[in-house]
Amino acid sequence: MRFAALVLSGVFMASVASAEEIKKVEIVDGAVQASLTGKPGDAVAGAKVFKGRRAGNCLACHGNKDMSGEQFHGETGPIMDGVADRYSTEQLRAIVVNSKKVFGDHTLMPAFYEVDRLSRVAKKFEGKTVLSAQQVEDVVAYLLTLKE
Amino acid sequence: MMKIFGKVAAIVAGSALVATAAFAEDRKSYPAPKDHPLSEIISGYEFRTPETRALQDDDFENPAYILLDLGAELWSTADGAAGKSCASCHGDAAESMKGIGASFPKWSKERNKAITVEQQINICREEQMQADTWKWTKDPNMLGMTIFVKNQSRGMPIVLDNSPEMETVRKLGEEVYYTRYGQLDMSCANCHEDYYGNYIRADMLSQGQINGFPTYRLKWNGVGSTHRRFKGCMKNIRANPFKPQGEEFTALEAYMMYRAVGLPIETPSVRN
Repeated sequence: MRFAALVLSGVFMASVASAEEIKKVEIVDGAVQASLTGKPGDAVAGAKVFKGRRAGNCLACHGNKDMSGEQFHGETGPIMDGVADRYSTEQLRAIVVNSKKVFGDHTLMPAFYEVDRLSRVAKKFEGKTVLSAQQVEDVVAYLLTLKE
Repeated sequence: MMKIFGKVAAIVAGSALVATAAFAEDRKSYPAPKDHPLSEIISGYEFRTPETRALQDDDFENPAYILLDLGAELWSTADGAAGKSCASCHGDAAESMKGIGASFPKWSKERNKAITVEQQINICREEQMQADTWKWTKDPNMLGMTIFVKNQSRGMPIVLDNSPEMETVRKLGEEVYYTRYGQLDMSCANCHEDYYGNYIRADMLSQGQINGFPTYRLKWNGVGSTHRRFKGCMKNIRANPFKPQGEEFTALEAYMMYRAVGLPIETPSVRN
């Protein structure tokens, strides 16, 4: 019962998160200067988004030594170990928001905070971003902890 | 800053190459023709675990054989107002259906469109047998008959219908293959051309070849069609899928036969 309640509340939270108004985010020189929410990110919440299959599911593509307790790290994206040594906060934010505007159109990585230029989006996800603005900030806060 | 990105990209590209090369050594591959998008053509079989392969290797263990047997039975069972079975017109399937699974979809002059094996089955049922049509993706009769027909080509290399009409159909299929769809904004190529042999979470990406379909899929705990698999992929990327046996998926199937050219038919295969 408790498990079911947790799952249900998780679903509820997700729908609330994606129903929020989508902000225009500008990526300039591969960076987004300001926090999307004006609030600092929560690295602990960001870690959950990183591994959550129905959240960011970043682990599906990115190996991450910090999560060695989790099974099944993907291989299609760069390994996240030491990612905070390679990118600034503002760069990481831009990559999570829309990596195509940082790396170019060829990248496999989905845009996590973007609704434009998409084709045949399933009704359930129409007009919604993959992550909420706060979740983007949380993931960025988590990534900033990944230093070598 | 661009310098840093460039360096990271180079490292990533480098490691991807090494990974692919290491895998390529122990996977049976077929040479791709000139100007083909793949450098080597590999069946989905080669990407699966030894346990999954063993299920396919042994016809008595392969769970899809129940449907193959059903298809064989239906072949000679009369149905519909005309009182005919498939065998009434086509005789021995081992002869008349040989090569069909390795060459469809084919162009139909009468209908002015490409026809899959499933569509041909329903055309025969409707027009020759005057029987009810079967549902496309999950009807066990349709799956069984499709498996039975394609199984008559098991081991035969995929060949293409080179008519200009089919070239046009494959062009549309190619467009579908390379277009990014859904909230996750991915194309077939993003995973199955660029990253086959790599894990995406717990799943190892294959080339997405269709030479074993319909297949018994462990995840489905049952048998499913090519277009059901296409649909599943589109749902995974949070896209609104095309209709099974509609124009886009039929074109995609035709194009996938080009991507699989030379690969032997394995129907019914076992996949994860």
